[in-house]
Amino acid sequence: MNNQGLCPLTTSQIIDEYFIENRTRILDLAAYLDRLMRSADGQPASGDFRMQAFRQALQILSSDEPNKIDHIQLVFSDPTVELKPQLDTKSASGAWNPAQEVQ
Amino acid sequence: MYYIEMHGHMVSRTTDDYREMAMAGCVAISEPAFWAGWDRQSADSFEDYFRQLTEFEPKRAAQFFIRHASWLCLNPKEGEDRRLTAQVLKRIPKFLDRPSVVGIGEIGMNRVTRNEVDTFTDHVRLALDYNQMMLIHTPHLEDKYKGTRVTIDNLLKFRNLEPRRVLIDHAEEHTIGMILEQGFYTGLTLYPNTKVSLARAVDMIEKYGPDRITISSACDWGPSVPTAVPQLMLEMRRRGHSEELIRKLVFENPLEFLMQSGKFELPRLGIPKALSHTAPGA
Repeated sequence: MNNQGLCPLTTSQIIDEYFIENRTRILDLAAYLDRLMRSADGQPASGDFRMQAFRQALQILSSDEPNKIDHIQLVFSDPTVELKPQLDTKSASGAWNPAQEVQ
Repeated sequence: MYYIEMHGHMVSRTTDDYREMAMAGCVAISEPAFWAGWDRQSADSFEDYFRQLTEFEPKRAAQFFIRHASWLCLNPKEGEDRRLTAQVLKRIPKFLDRPSVVGIGEIGMNRVTRNEVDTFTDHVRLALDYNQMMLIHTPHLEDKYKGTRVTIDNLLKFRNLEPRRVLIDHAEEHTIGMILEQGFYTGLTLYPNTKVSLARAVDMIEKYGPDRITISSACDWGPSVPTAVPQLMLEMRRRGHSEELIRKLVFENPLEFLMQSGKFELPRLGIPKALSHTAPGA
């Protein structure tokens, strides 16, 4: 899908208008990853299914591919169509846990 | 500019919020039945809630010249309880003739369980039996993609269902396409963290065009912003979009959708009820 021209702003206008707030978001991401490395128990975050999806999302973010948001949304999503036999929890956790499906 | 808040849980908001919304241009609010944050224990509890939605909230809104419309159901967060669902569904029909009730909603799924799908299907049957429009919730976060797919698959099994009388809400980048392709209305929800930001909502409008898209704050008892829709108007102006396009999204689209109920009207703006459930200009 070629989306060029769908936003009324030029490239330089988009940079001028949105650069500062997105710079802030990058710094927040970096600070979050650093904070995990300063945790009280020192446990690596890499074993957590949410952080595994997070790492995949970061790889897409730094690639040149188009439609990054669509791909990142799918990284965090449950790709199955099977219905859960019963309610496990009221609230979603933010990323799909493949290990939970196997149980 | 006038706007319609397509999804606001006003029972959880203060009267001051109504005033702030009115001052920002809000002329109508559509309020779907919702989860209270804890599970209700009986059908009587729901009946009290339906009275609050159809008697008290329209009066509170009217103080600020806002038209209040409501949708009734047992919310997806409580859909696992099949016994309670059966009891609540029996109570809903007697409320459907009330002047502010525009349909059944927000129905749908939460964690996409077997019971939730059965509860959803029961609500769809009820809506079709009583010629009601539907407002459908889609699950959050990792459950949204699957939940939206299962929702659409189940809706398409009903041959007498008119997609343009159904709004599938809380669309995001990975679900908006499949909703619009099937002819349904959809909603973009401006809600912190779990839904869509202002910038992403405008991105989706740019990519998919404005037809059959509505905007809402989904303000409720959680951290949320009742005046998120006027904030979106500002974001669209920041992008260079026209006033005509903004008006279509925040006023004309929700108006067209709601007027299909045959009950919705904005007399102060000279907009009477539609004679049939077909929207003007549709």
